[in-house]
Amino acid sequence: METHPHPATYYVPASSIWPLVGSVALLSLGAGFALLLNEQPVGPYLVAIGAGILLIMLIGWFGDVIDETQAGKHAEQVETSFRWGMVWFIFSEVMFFAGFFGALFYARNLAVPMLADAQILWPGFSASWPTAGPGTDATITPVAAWGLPALNTLILLSSGATVTWAHWGVLQGRKNQLLLGLALTVILGALFIALQIHEYGDAAFSIRDGIYGATFYLLTGFHGVHVMLGTAMLFVIFWRALFGHFTARRHFAFEAVAWYWHFVDVVWLLLFVFVYWL
Amino acid sequence: MNTTTISDTASHHDEHDAPTGIARWLASTNHKDIGTLYLWFSLFMFFFAGALAMLVRAELFQPGLQLFQPEVFNQLTTMHGLIMIFGAIMPALVGFANWQIPLMIGAPDMAFPRLNNWSFWLLPAAGILLIATFFVPGGAISGGWTMYPPLYIQGGMAYDISILAIHILGISSIMGAINIITTILNMRAPGMTLMKMPLFVWTWLITAFLLVAVMPVLAAAITMLLTDRHFGTHFFNAAGGGDPVMFQHIFWFFGHPEVYIMILPAFGIISTTIPAFARKPLFGYASMVYAVASIAFLSFIVWAHHMFTTGMPVGGQLFFMYTTMLIAIPTGVKVFNWVATLWRGSITFETPMLFSIAFVCLFTIGGFSGLVLALVPVDIQLQDTYYVVAHFHYVLFSGSAMAIMAGVYYWLPKWSGRMYNETLGKLHFWLTAIAFNITFFPMHFLGLAGMPRRIPDYALQFADFNMISSIGGFMLGVSQLLFLYNVVQCIRRGTPAADKPWEGADTLEWTLSSPPPYHSFVTPPHIK
Ligand SMILES: [Cu+2]
Repeated sequence: METHPHPATYYVPASSIWPLVGSVALLSLGAGFALLLNEQPVGPYLVAIGAGILLIMLIGWFGDVIDETQAGKHAEQVETSFRWGMVWFIFSEVMFFAGFFGALFYARNLAVPMLADAQILWPGFSASWPTAGPGTDATITPVAAWGLPALNTLILLSSGATVTWAHWGVLQGRKNQLLLGLALTVILGALFIALQIHEYGDAAFSIRDGIYGATFYLLTGFHGVHVMLGTAMLFVIFWRALFGHFTARRHFAFEAVAWYWHFVDVVWLLLFVFVYWL
Repeated sequence: MNTTTISDTASHHDEHDAPTGIARWLASTNHKDIGTLYLWFSLFMFFFAGALAMLVRAELFQPGLQLFQPEVFNQLTTMHGLIMIFGAIMPALVGFANWQIPLMIGAPDMAFPRLNNWSFWLLPAAGILLIATFFVPGGAISGGWTMYPPLYIQGGMAYDISILAIHILGISSIMGAINIITTILNMRAPGMTLMKMPLFVWTWLITAFLLVAVMPVLAAAITMLLTDRHFGTHFFNAAGGGDPVMFQHIFWFFGHPEVYIMILPAFGIISTTIPAFARKPLFGYASMVYAVASIAFLSFIVWAHHMFTTGMPVGGQLFFMYTTMLIAIPTGVKVFNWVATLWRGSITFETPMLFSIAFVCLFTIGGFSGLVLALVPVDIQLQDTYYVVAHFHYVLFSGSAMAIMAGVYYWLPKWSGRMYNETLGKLHFWLTAIAFNITFFPMHFLGLAGMPRRIPDYALQFADFNMISSIGGFMLGVSQLLFLYNVVQCIRRGTPAADKPWEGADTLEWTLSSPPPYHSFVTPPHIK
């Protein structure tokens, strides 16, 4: 018989109210958002209530998990679970973006050329990219790739380096390097978001401008939301590092956020190539 | 699979309180309680969506418009499909996963017990939103469960509510799937190597992978619908350079794996029950694992077989036709292996076995009609006819739903600690199997004769078969009340069940008491 080293117990948490709270939050958010979109006055209130409850839930739930970690309840096997969980969560995010990239490639390489080939509905339409579509005369001046987007690429790539530098810090027990690296990463993330908002303000086209506007704003928009989320998570990690939550051996929360940050980074590189540059 | 040590469950507690009252259910972190919640929720939704189907069959009982206006009829068919898929079949299979996976791999619980509870409690939230759409101005969604634009972009508030409800269902499915993968990869008892896992666990590992891979793609697709509806994007509008057919591509990239999400765990259940009642180990275990994996892989490259009539190039049609027909190979491996397991077995025909054998026969019919539909020239004739309706009810009802019933009868003694009434169970089986075929077999003829689906009225030559189908449908609906009655009676006053009521069962859960202790395997068993 094989004898595997196996911990006698796996930490099974006591019953928790947070999942139910989270469901109420999403119910309120979902109903409220649908009502808001249909101009029902109660909509914004439900959205606000739902968002508030969701925030309370996140703080409460993550707070519980952090307390358990600090109390040493998460044996190695639990941490392995966290690792698998984070890996598959990031994979699901990859597939979410794959859906939008698929739309971009399909529209650019199939739908627009087919519209030009058909010549039935819109005679004289010729395929080009960017395009606002055959139903309008509007032309689109895209954002120049080698201006702000290139700078943003540099910023995000540097932030990937700073977070890795912070990781070396925690591995070697240099708390100051950890804190400084995290702080720099947060600042670079915030800078990226600020520049992205600036770029949106200056862009000569809107989300309503045909398939180019649609794919551009949804891809960059969802990426931007992910950067904001990542920055917020890095900020939490910074505080936890300040309170000395991480040791050279146990710092999975840090690693999870770092993985997430690298994922956001890679998505941006694809965006830079396929949305801005080519 | 022999266990040499069986857990001593009474002695070990860290935070293993067993809460009572309503908190036990609302705030549960116990895989069994959450599994029970999933199963009851799905049973409720099964009856709700089944009632919608009864209304559909009532309208189709005779030609002409009797009961509903066409738009209401389309709301009924749409919501029947949507709720059966997302509210009944998927939650039931996740309920099985919750109950069985930790028991079958010798784990104390799921890897993320709180996340597990959230995955469940998101379902009622989404269910409330979906059912509420019947009461908003304009009524529920009526464009079919596939949500195709431009119809889906033009509808009223129900369309927004449904999109957000499906987002919530997606979050639930993804979190549930991550939990299942992590549990299987990280929580197996010592000695339980991957190739020693019960096949049910294998099917769920692969299904969970499919869920994580495609639910986010559905989320992307319906997000684009929402922005097309309200934020002026032109994803699915040709005037803006978009394409309504693009939605179909993205949707079916999700949609085809989705049908395997609903059938692979059913394969897992059948691969558990048939060896138990044939008293023989599963024939070709390894080939079963590889077959499931191949089916999952192929499911990603067949999606456009739903779109042969949308005007794709011949090369595309041929590619998707051949990849679709390839699926018959691993599926055939499975069917032959089930039959080979029965060969020279000491077979007894308890209710779970009856459902399992019916599954093998009837699912195979559904598989063959799928092959028929895979042929491009045939499909162009049969697209959107009742032949398609017949096909997917043979795989979804006599496939998924009957496998779920087989699983419920098989594991109910373990779950509740009590036996169900065998006579009633057999009666339920025969009524279900007969009524199912009366309902859906004539639909093949209707479809071949050209009756279109999703239309409340029909030409007179379809009248006889539709009446037969409706009578079968009502029988099928009423028969399910027997199921409900049998389950409730079993839980309330069934005779106590033995720890292992099925002689041929050999998986780990039967080494525990019936019902199992609150925490399944606090000390992991050792598998030889
Ligand atoms: Cu398909």
